[in-house]
Amino acid sequence: MSGCGGCKGCSPKGTGSVKDAEFTVALAGNANVGKSATFNQLTGVDQIIGNWPGKTVERAEGLLVHRGHRIRVIDLPGIYSFSTYSMEELVSRDFIALEHPDAVVNVIDASALERNLFFTIQLIELAPPLMIAVNQIDLAEKKGLTIDVEKLSTILGVPVVSTVAIRGKGISSLTDAILDLVHDRPVPPVLYYGREIEERIARIVSLLGPVATPYPARWTAIKLLERDPDLIRIVSAEDPSIVLEADRLAGEIEAIHGEPVSVVITAERYQIADRVAAEVITVQTPRDGPQKKSLTDRIDQVALHPVLGYFGVVGVIGGLLVWTFLIGAPVSAFITSFLTQFEQYEPVITGPLTDILWNGVFTGFLAGVTLIIPYVLPFYLILAVIEDSGYLTRISVMLDRGMHKLGLHGKAIIPLILGYGCNVPAIYSCRIMESPKQKLLAAFLVTLVPCTARTVVILGLVAAFVNIWWALALYAFDILLILVVGRVAFKVVPGESVGLIMEMPDYHVPSLRVVLKQTWARTRSLIWVVFPAYVIGSAVLQGFYAAGLLDPVNTLLAPITTLWLGLPAVVGITLIFGIVRKELTILTLAVIFHTTNFATIMSPVQLIVLALVSMLYIPCISAIFALASEFGWRRALAITGTEITLAIVLGGLAYRALGLFM
Amino acid sequence: MSTMAQEQVEEYLETIYDLENRDGSAKTTAIAHCLKVAPASVTEVLKSLSKRGLVSYEPYRGVTLTGEGRTIAATIKRRHRLLEVFLTDILHINREKVHDEACRMEHTISEETEEALCRLLEAPARCPHGSPISPCNREVGDCTECAAATEWATPIPPRNRKVIPITDLGPEQQGRIAFIRGDQKVVQRLSDLGLTLGTRVAVTRKTPREGPVEVFVRRTKLAIDHAIAEKIFVDAPGAEER
Repeated sequence: MSGCGGCKGCSPKGTGSVKDAEFTVALAGNANVGKSATFNQLTGVDQIIGNWPGKTVERAEGLLVHRGHRIRVIDLPGIYSFSTYSMEELVSRDFIALEHPDAVVNVIDASALERNLFFTIQLIELAPPLMIAVNQIDLAEKKGLTIDVEKLSTILGVPVVSTVAIRGKGISSLTDAILDLVHDRPVPPVLYYGREIEERIARIVSLLGPVATPYPARWTAIKLLERDPDLIRIVSAEDPSIVLEADRLAGEIEAIHGEPVSVVITAERYQIADRVAAEVITVQTPRDGPQKKSLTDRIDQVALHPVLGYFGVVGVIGGLLVWTFLIGAPVSAFITSFLTQFEQYEPVITGPLTDILWNGVFTGFLAGVTLIIPYVLPFYLILAVIEDSGYLTRISVMLDRGMHKLGLHGKAIIPLILGYGCNVPAIYSCRIMESPKQKLLAAFLVTLVPCTARTVVILGLVAAFVNIWWALALYAFDILLILVVGRVAFKVVPGESVGLIMEMPDYHVPSLRVVLKQTWARTRSLIWVVFPAYVIGSAVLQGFYAAGLLDPVNTLLAPITTLWLGLPAVVGITLIFGIVRKELTILTLAVIFHTTNFATIMSPVQLIVLALVSMLYIPCISAIFALASEFGWRRALAITGTEITLAIVLGGLAYRALGLFM
Repeated sequence: MSTMAQEQVEEYLETIYDLENRDGSAKTTAIAHCLKVAPASVTEVLKSLSKRGLVSYEPYRGVTLTGEGRTIAATIKRRHRLLEVFLTDILHINREKVHDEACRMEHTISEETEEALCRLLEAPARCPHGSPISPCNREVGDCTECAAATEWATPIPPRNRKVIPITDLGPEQQGRIAFIRGDQKVVQRLSDLGLTLGTRVAVTRKTPREGPVEVFVRRTKLAIDHAIAEKIFVDAPGAEER
């Protein structure tokens, strides 16, 4: 189906504009340094976001047109080094070393120069045509740090510009510098380590002479010394004696320093970074003196307070959800009434085939529009504001402890909250987790989060015809279920969970541009995955139904739907429709029974059971595609199977338990 | 006689260590209660411990450990907890039984066995009951160093400085990273973010129930999982002040 191809977007050749670019430039740097903001400033709206082939790592590329030149810009994942072998690091290092971009722009945070230069040093070793953009220079100045950009350029031997990417400051000199760089392609000068290391690097380089690796010789030598498994494999295939010699030399360094060689080299890199930083930074103590608490500290006294902090978290997330539905419902009703002036609304299930198909397409489109515009869009917009302000990291800190019980850590709250809008972008956002196990666990739990469509079902069946409290109870039950299922999945799924290490940025007033970009980045997958699935899925299902192909479904599912779940037999069909879009369950129900007053056709118990089953029984088809593209079909189907079982078991139990007192 | 006495000495020091950590000093009656002996015999032992320079003892005020006494007690505690982990994780002995078992074994194992256990168990941070295990007294920056030195039989000098996990730092305190407990992966992940040996760190905020710790390092703030933060040790600030 179209869903998968669209968002994967790993076929940049597919779009004409980027294809005929003359040059390729990569942006590299730590996370949270304004790399994405720089990327956005350089490329405008013409971006392709997707995955690196076969990896759960996000890839963004766009086109920069400057002085008549077309330059392809790739935003590499935010990383801190090339040494922990995470997927993000391997993707970045292979792109720089193997695809030979015409230039690499290292975006660094002016306020944390030492740590950023630590990565710069490693970039220099890969020897691409390199330049540095010292970003957030305004924030550094507020902290009393002045950075001598020219001196930095002289010391490192690469061009350096200063920028404030969020406000677009310095971007034009950055583009000029990029253009110079891609034409001249200078190789950055070597930064030397201590003598005992350099001697051994030189020895390995001389041995490597005739051996061809795809990487620069000096870098290969350093990596062999660090005992990098990837490089050992590559060089072993050519000449295993070099690897043995490198291992022996690494042993000598370890004997001198009494520490593992990778620790020694890391320490040397930091020494260089510290020395360079010390030379280019001038520190002025702020007027008020260092004792005065910053605004961030004062806000954090409340935001991270052991009691008040939780009120903040519940208030902000709860408020976000309530606000979305208060605003969303009337807007949704308005759009519906506006669009249904042209066409009828209900799914048609009798009549000529073309009518049925057209109706399927139209209602699918309508459903997409009336969910995305009034509910998902405002939800993600406000969430992006909260995120850009810096508060989301505080929510992560407050909830970290609880997330441990699920084998996750605080950062996983981001996909889980996104899931309340739509599961699909939420599943993609699980890329922010570090280990493969945590990515999968988070995505699994996301599919249990009631998205907008499921909320519409809960509200439409239970809140409308039973009462609001039962609807809220279903919500609460769902959260409980996520905790229990998450706990079990944590024990069952193999792999390791790593703990939280996260930067805590200062609070700042959100930038409109960043917020809009972030919202667009998240809603984009709705357009590529959810929309086509809605439109095509609705048409196909209605066609099948009209052709009588779905008739056996009710009979087939009857033992489950009527005997075990105590629901009317026709519900079988509505649940099949619900696979495409969850809220189709109630729309189909209305059409089949010719009424929208469900209280006349089902008892309160039946309404609650149906809402519960619809909430859990399957991720919708778009979510299944998203899962498959991130984790493969085997896992996507395993999650689907688990949830079908879960829904049937819990639905049957609920039917019996609720029957006792309702 | 002398081996018996040594074991008794160690048991007393351990008990005083626990009581002192809990109450600030150890009362004779509390010691008697813990060791299930008569208060009179406790007083006798305390006098002799005081004579040997292991405790400072004032009648009716309770006792505190001297530097030397504290070192011995801490070593025994470390061995006790390592043994508990060993008995639970490797020998799969019921967690309720391992305390008594470890109590008997802790007095007999050598320093070499202690360090070998630590390496085998991959430098655990906590005993099965959740109490922290103090780091070893070897002058190493991280655990890979210890493993490498053992492989080549290189002697490692004793550290003889007090190091504390950054989770024990007070709000206004800072320290230089002296030791990172853990394998290369942990060390690498921390050092990539600027937490290398010798770097100054300050804890700017702790969250309750062992939630993440906020640290200030190299001009930026990081939120670090409590279990990871516990593995970062700094030289104890003003260790002699107490």
